[in-house]
Amino acid sequence: MWLIKELWSFMRVRKKYWLLPIIVVMVMLGALLVLTKTAIGPFIYTIF
Amino acid sequence: MRILGISALYHDSAAALLVDGKLVAAAQEERFSRKKHDAGFPQQAIDFCVRHAGLAFKDIDYVAFYDKPFLKFERLLETYLAFAPRGFTSFRMAIPVWLKEKLLQKTLLRDEMKRWIPDFDWHNKLLFGEHHQSHAASAFFPSPFERAAVLTMDGVGEWATTSLAMGEGSELQMVREIHFPHSLGLLYSAFTYYTGFKVNSGEYKVMGLAPYGEPRFKSTILDKLVDLKDDGSFRLNLEYFDYCTGLRMTNEKFDALFGGKPRKAEERLTQREMDLAASIQAVTEEVVLRLTRSVAQQTGARNLCLAGGVALNCVANGKVLREKVFDNIWVQPAAGDAGGAVGAAYAAYHGFCRQPRRVNGHLNAPQIDSMDGSYLGPEYAQPDIEARLQTAGARFETLPYDGMIETTAQALADEKAVGWFQGRMEFGPRALGGRSILGDPRSPSMQKTLNLKVKYRESFRPFAPSVLREDVSDWFDIDADSPYMLMVAPVVERRRRTMTADEQALFGIDKLNVPRSDIPAVTHVDYSARIQTVHRQTNPAYYDLISAFKAKTGCPVVVNTSFNVRGEPIVCTPEDAFRCFMGSEIEVLVVGNCVLLKEAQNPSLKRDYKGAFELD
Repeated sequence: MWLIKELWSFMRVRKKYWLLPIIVVMVMLGALLVLTKTAIGPFIYTIF
Repeated sequence: MRILGISALYHDSAAALLVDGKLVAAAQEERFSRKKHDAGFPQQAIDFCVRHAGLAFKDIDYVAFYDKPFLKFERLLETYLAFAPRGFTSFRMAIPVWLKEKLLQKTLLRDEMKRWIPDFDWHNKLLFGEHHQSHAASAFFPSPFERAAVLTMDGVGEWATTSLAMGEGSELQMVREIHFPHSLGLLYSAFTYYTGFKVNSGEYKVMGLAPYGEPRFKSTILDKLVDLKDDGSFRLNLEYFDYCTGLRMTNEKFDALFGGKPRKAEERLTQREMDLAASIQAVTEEVVLRLTRSVAQQTGARNLCLAGGVALNCVANGKVLREKVFDNIWVQPAAGDAGGAVGAAYAAYHGFCRQPRRVNGHLNAPQIDSMDGSYLGPEYAQPDIEARLQTAGARFETLPYDGMIETTAQALADEKAVGWFQGRMEFGPRALGGRSILGDPRSPSMQKTLNLKVKYRESFRPFAPSVLREDVSDWFDIDADSPYMLMVAPVVERRRRTMTADEQALFGIDKLNVPRSDIPAVTHVDYSARIQTVHRQTNPAYYDLISAFKAKTGCPVVVNTSFNVRGEPIVCTPEDAFRCFMGSEIEVLVVGNCVLLKEAQNPSLKRDYKGAFELD
């Protein structure tokens, strides 16, 4: 809940409401990935 | 007012403590955890900083984190969106890590702080600075300048990869930025990857390899990979890179352009890798020089401050210095992400808390900055050193100060490899005479001995000289302070020896082993040297040692390399120093006033240190 509030206030400050649907889809997809397999740390630091 | 700066959870975690505007302590977590580039929460570094200042955790007024995770997440999402569906492999790897850990950084920081301070008011006391703002603050606020242009260049922070700021008094204004994916740091890292070294740690190896090669790919890079403008701004041609969407830095098109697959780690180095290193180094210098020229023109500033990983490219820094576009240049010694801890604390102090700035720190000497020579880490009192060494089973002799200096200088003059552990540990990637391995630069075999028998590292890598500040111009073509080993300059002509055609044709260590100056151990194949000027005000023991060596030999220069073996973090405690001493072929170890000879030690304490650490 805290995270959702923080993300919402972040989008408000950055005026990037259009990120909302993307975040929702990505979070759902990401959650699916978390549930289905172990995350491996990526090796290039740009995506960290 | 006490502000704790933290850089963590990406790479090179560190903590720094600012008390009433003075930097009193700073350290990287890797030194305590003994894990190179440790990215974990810097618990031990924080603990050290607070204890060193004689404070309790409840005395901390603010905690400042060095970047903004949500902005990074925004960059990540927008990048995936821009390249979709190509980045799915990368997305599949990255998103779970973000969801499980990285988005929850604020919670992690809050929970960690609450462990120490249960009633920590994290809503009001936990501050976040932007990555490049932290770098810029780390470059300007501790610098000795009242007014300066501040240039920061690295791989990537949130969005910015290069930024220009103007600093004046306690104000620091960001002026302009170049954003991801266009990044000089990532371009250099792409070649680091392609030449078979580790991204984010092997870049300085590429820089060391460059003088062996010819920059024959420079025009290819400028024609195909980088659109470089006159003012130094640039855009990368992303058709050749994989880092936005994949798990590698470069792609097949890049391979085709440079005629082959990337070199595999530890594979034999060929002339091709050397030429690639020379080419990317030449391009980097070109970009940095154009940027600094345009910065000078646009701002009218006479002083320049540098930070960010690219500012560790001391060859480029030396070229900027020699161009004399600016009167003075100051580079943050911890220019990489560890230094973000210092910058975050300073930005909070002057920016958020609106506190005034006192230039030159507490030393009140105009030429001295506020980094105290970067000797900001732990130190050990003489009785403590003796107790620790005794517990470790060391056999040593405790000498008076003058005797210790004299014995060490004699050991150096006898061409012994000396482990030197004195005073506070350095903050930043360089050993500066606090935790160093020293040698005689006049010895033609010292380079080989140190590389292969002491450090167990690649044979092509050069060593750096420490030289008394007042003697620097007698030996090197530079007359400026370089206390942090972040400027490269050539050995002066009269100290050089010209190589014959046969000698020129040699390769790698063979080429390096041909004496090319009066101080061959610190003269690279292009006659350059990565100079550290030694100042009495910041490191009196090291200054006295080099002075004693000069009195014996006429040479005010010693070889200075970090006190560790390949892959190991620099030693922190007397015990670490003793372990490294017993695991390598260091012949003499000097810890405080204790002198240890290898032949006097218990042979059963010898360790096989060669494979003890993961290669960097």
